[in-house]
Amino acid sequence: MLAYAARRLTAVLITLLAASLIVFAVLQIVPGDPARLMLGINATQDAVENLRQQLRLDDPLHIRYLTWLADMARGDFGNSYTYSVPVRELINERIMVSVPLALMALFLSTCVAIPVGIFTASRHGTATDTATMAVTQFGIAIPNFWFALLLVYIFAITLRWVPAGGFPGWQAGAGPAVQSLILPSIALALPQAAILSRITRSALLDTLREDYIRTARAKGLPAGRVLWHHALRNALIPVLTILGLQFAFLLAGTIIIENVFYLPGLGRLVFQAIQQLDLIVVQSVVTLLVAAVITVNFLVDLAYAWADPRLRSQKR
Amino acid sequence: MFTKKILTTAVATSIWATSSAFAARTDLSIGMVLEPPHLDPTAGAAAAIDEIVYANVFEGLTRIGRDGSVQTALAESWTISPDGLTYTFNLRDNAVFHDGSSLDALDVVFSLDRARGAESTNAQKALFDAIESVEAKNDDTVIVTLSRPQGSFLYNMGWGDAVIVAPETAEGNKEAPIGTGPFKFTDWAKGSSVTLESFDNYWGQAPSLETVTFRFIPDAAAATSALLAGDVQAFPNLPAPESIPAFQADPRFTVVIGSTEGETILSTNNGKPPFDNILVRRAIAHAIDRQAIIDGAMFGLGTPIGSHFAPHHPAYVELVEIYPYDPEKAKMLLDQAGFADGIKGTLKLPPPSYARRGGEIIASQLREVGIDMEIVPVEWSQWLDQVFKAKDYDLTIVSHTEPNDIGIYARDDYYFDYSNAAFNEVIAELDRSADEDRRYELFRAAQEILTEDAVNGFLFQLAKNGVWDANLEGLWENSPIQANDMTGVRWSQ
Repeated sequence: MLAYAARRLTAVLITLLAASLIVFAVLQIVPGDPARLMLGINATQDAVENLRQQLRLDDPLHIRYLTWLADMARGDFGNSYTYSVPVRELINERIMVSVPLALMALFLSTCVAIPVGIFTASRHGTATDTATMAVTQFGIAIPNFWFALLLVYIFAITLRWVPAGGFPGWQAGAGPAVQSLILPSIALALPQAAILSRITRSALLDTLREDYIRTARAKGLPAGRVLWHHALRNALIPVLTILGLQFAFLLAGTIIIENVFYLPGLGRLVFQAIQQLDLIVVQSVVTLLVAAVITVNFLVDLAYAWADPRLRSQKR
Repeated sequence: MFTKKILTTAVATSIWATSSAFAARTDLSIGMVLEPPHLDPTAGAAAAIDEIVYANVFEGLTRIGRDGSVQTALAESWTISPDGLTYTFNLRDNAVFHDGSSLDALDVVFSLDRARGAESTNAQKALFDAIESVEAKNDDTVIVTLSRPQGSFLYNMGWGDAVIVAPETAEGNKEAPIGTGPFKFTDWAKGSSVTLESFDNYWGQAPSLETVTFRFIPDAAAATSALLAGDVQAFPNLPAPESIPAFQADPRFTVVIGSTEGETILSTNNGKPPFDNILVRRAIAHAIDRQAIIDGAMFGLGTPIGSHFAPHHPAYVELVEIYPYDPEKAKMLLDQAGFADGIKGTLKLPPPSYARRGGEIIASQLREVGIDMEIVPVEWSQWLDQVFKAKDYDLTIVSHTEPNDIGIYARDDYYFDYSNAAFNEVIAELDRSADEDRRYELFRAAQEILTEDAVNGFLFQLAKNGVWDANLEGLWENSPIQANDMTGVRWSQ
């Protein structure tokens, strides 16, 4: 197990280094002058030059890359061009929204999807199964921003149970903060839950067709014990894969939902930074997200090995 | 009789004051589309900065009022020497910065020297270029000497870029702005909101509101929901023109369609053939149906303009009908210019919807008369690089939002690449003269020359779509300067 983990970890580090280089290189070919963008069309040329110097935009490329890498290794992400505060502060603030939101959505979707998947698989071919699958198809098809607007209309505008958007910050107390994340997490969880329940169902059905299940049944084991004890654990591998992918998506790809609920999350930070050519923020956050995705995949790999002992001994 | 009247008034006032103190709310959440990059109006062009801090947190020597006029602010009075070169400003002696230090003449000297100095990153440095020296005569008097008379000097000093800051706190203003205004900065939750609180030691009349929160809501649908759900009680410029009719029909809200300083124009590269030909430019002017663009791109909100000037300005001249919509006339002019076979070119469109949606409509209108423009969408940074800096464009659509900016047509090397000696002479005289009547005459002359030369396709003035709670009073109807002045805003119940 340890050797396996070590092999995977080396791969993780190499991927991360390559990603940072690509991210940095891509941003260098983005057209436009951040200083001019910040000062606008009425600014005089010497004011723009002064700002370029302040932002150290005139240093050679390789020096800027290596400085950035070295600083990042020390946990210093540099200063945002537009906000002029440390990027780390910005990221810390945003993570306090994005990570709880992603976890809430993942929790909701898992809580709904796994039972639904198991339930429909155990009633395979019945009317209940067909009806539930039709509902999940609907869940996948609904655009989540539209579903979000619908939730806002019902629960914020008509019933006034929760705010229509915004985030009061954790300093306002856990209650209001969690309350403001309820609708966004439901909107995010719906399509994820729909996908996950279908995956769970089909993985379970595939497993139930395996020979060893037939053997278990032939031994005279009760159906429930076959399902819960023998089939489920093996069916979990594809489910874990999807869960890992979904968490990475929920962390980085929630920009649309963040916009609908005007939440100050990571997605919006990147979006704003791109618009304002705040390259240092873009490259730091994107690298961080790459790191997060790679880490999640690494953990999923380890979870495979836990779920399926055969993977541990396999030579790769 | 006299005493009685005073007494009645006093009693009435105190009753009103008491009842309002019990009943009225003192907090307000305001929606804004864009979050400012920082909060220092002397170091950035972003309108969102001024929309939070102007007149609320920071004040200048003068200020621009809701009607666009120049009013007193930190200077309670001033005198101008007969030659128009020396301005003596008398400062308020009770003005205090939010950190407790009092305002004195040295703060003014510091602020103006910083804005015009060699190290300056002021986005409107040109506002200060007539200044030769700034001196403190004593604690409460500042003498500004100009190198040439400048008619707009007092107006310039009222811009957000010319506010007075203290030397001790100037560097920190981006994150924690310290000004002299009626509201002090308390908190900025990045990506979410900025909160201001009323400042107890303000020199002027205390504002009615105690807490003002500016919340950033970029999405049009979310902005509408936020108003309907009561999360924000005012949106001075709602980004969702499509939901204006619904708010107009709702008695809980007041809808005020005002005007901004944004002249939205089809900027034309006057230096590049065939657009250097005045007949071609006039043909374009005749080919454009302004109302169709306003209806199609802006949901009917916006005022057609015939030159580069705001319709709400007293010196505005109605020039829309000089080039009425007339495709046949346009074709004839193109014929005369020698382009009977048509013209090909590009139309570069920056991200705002007035440009992207308006551009589609204009391109189809131009195609009707044989001008075939290929649409090229660009990001702002590309627009600045290609269009504004390198003049690598044929036509583009952009809204010029700075107030009273007709002078840009006299700038050498500006991206329109337009040059007319007679126009430059008008602007030069405008710059010199301080007499209001003469200035208005010159403004009119300048507008007429631009229309005559059909420099750009003049489209419409951007509207300000104000929507707020029906119980809220005192918000600005127009925006003669980028600002959300909270000093006169209060809840009627």
